[in-house]
Amino acid sequence: VTGRRASRRAKGEDLDLFGESAPPVESAPPPQVVSEYFVDDNQYPGESASSPVTVSVLTQTARDVIEGAFIPLWVRGEVTDFKAHRNGHWYFCLRDRAAQIRCVVWNRDQRGIPAPPDDGMQVVAFGRLTVYPTRGEMQFSITRIEAEGDGLRRKALEATRKRLEADGLLSIERKRALPRFPRVIAVVTSPDGAALHDIVAVTRQRAANVRLVLVPAKVQGDGAPGELRRALDRVNRWGEADLVIIGRGGGAREDLWAFNDERVARAVAACSVPTISAVGHEVDITICDLVADYRAPTPSAAAEAATRSRAELESELRKLSLRMAGSTRAQLRHRADALRHLGRDIVDASSDVMARRRTALQGVAGRLHALSPVATLARGYAVARDANGRTLGNAGSFTPGMPFDLIVQDGVVPAAVRATDGEHRDV
Amino acid sequence: VTFEERIARLEEIAAQLEGRDLELASALALFEEGVEQLRAAADELSRADTRLQKLVERVDGTFDVADTRE
Repeated sequence: VTGRRASRRAKGEDLDLFGESAPPVESAPPPQVVSEYFVDDNQYPGESASSPVTVSVLTQTARDVIEGAFIPLWVRGEVTDFKAHRNGHWYFCLRDRAAQIRCVVWNRDQRGIPAPPDDGMQVVAFGRLTVYPTRGEMQFSITRIEAEGDGLRRKALEATRKRLEADGLLSIERKRALPRFPRVIAVVTSPDGAALHDIVAVTRQRAANVRLVLVPAKVQGDGAPGELRRALDRVNRWGEADLVIIGRGGGAREDLWAFNDERVARAVAACSVPTISAVGHEVDITICDLVADYRAPTPSAAAEAATRSRAELESELRKLSLRMAGSTRAQLRHRADALRHLGRDIVDASSDVMARRRTALQGVAGRLHALSPVATLARGYAVARDANGRTLGNAGSFTPGMPFDLIVQDGVVPAAVRATDGEHRDV
Repeated sequence: VTFEERIARLEEIAAQLEGRDLELASALALFEEGVEQLRAAADELSRADTRLQKLVERVDGTFDVADTRE
């Protein structure tokens, strides 16, 4: 009677029953059936119609046998009928052309699986074969799944990327420019990884004038996302860095997984100073890379992008010096030219004036010459002057006996009027 | 004054010197300042040194930057 009821239930309430299943540790202890094993001294259970076993005994025994016969193992197959039940467990079938097996991934075993598989995915799954007595079915209880072509990780990555994109964290406009001359660079990475070594070496080699401040964090394994987030948080609270490099050297893809963590990506986006992500080798692009202000293909490249080499800076200074000297010289030349022009104008202007004056002077001189008594004297005339130098021009100016000078062409002749009281004669 | 500020000031000076309407006295003063800034920047460069330190958070949430031995 019990058996018939169980099989009816199995047919009637397929999915619900399926959902009722729970992890083995939480299931009720198997029914106590030991007393039913030996109904008769000479018969093993179920040997004859008079010694039947119950369905519970049957399925429980099958379970014991199967669990004892199989160690946990990897199985390959195609996923079908996937269902994430609201109780948190995943149910699906794995099948190939000829067979299928019911599978379950208990809620607590899902942590190690990047994303739930999709129907049609080719996967290999690691688990333990058991029997689910309530339904009398074999069930493969899975703890790890790897999809062909890393499909699950890609699916998880894509889902994370979509969420970050929806929040605008991947947009180009968000990208901040890196400081041209950073003084303090926070390096969030493992203290003993290759990344730190490379960053320090490249920075030294460039003789860049910076302080590199290591902010240690685990970069792979279980605690890595949390440590990376806390390190970024420290950089923010510390507040003295101009720039953050976050990264690690190359490794297997699962070693880089912490840099695909959504919360790490959000912490990078929330960083108060510009960020450079430098994760792994060139080909590995992580979610962190998408969110950071600058993505460097390697830690060495990050150091190069972050710092200016001494040679570069010196050449920059040289250029500035040349620019300044050149333009100052040009300013001076400009002024000197202006002065020269001004000078020439003044000279030009003044020589005009002089020329005009010279001409005027010559005119005056000509007239003066014409008027000069010297010229008249040269023609044989003489001029009489009194003792005071006044010209004696009229007969009336002369008195009898008066002395006077007679100016002739080449000298002065002392003379006197005759002392007689003579008549003036008209000329 | 940071190296970056110095370079920025130098660029400003160079740009001003390249301008047209500048009093001769200001031009010369700018040039003089530029030379001074250049000397200081070059000085700083010659002292260039890459230091590696480590950020340590104290229990009270304050920070200490310690030199590391590599």
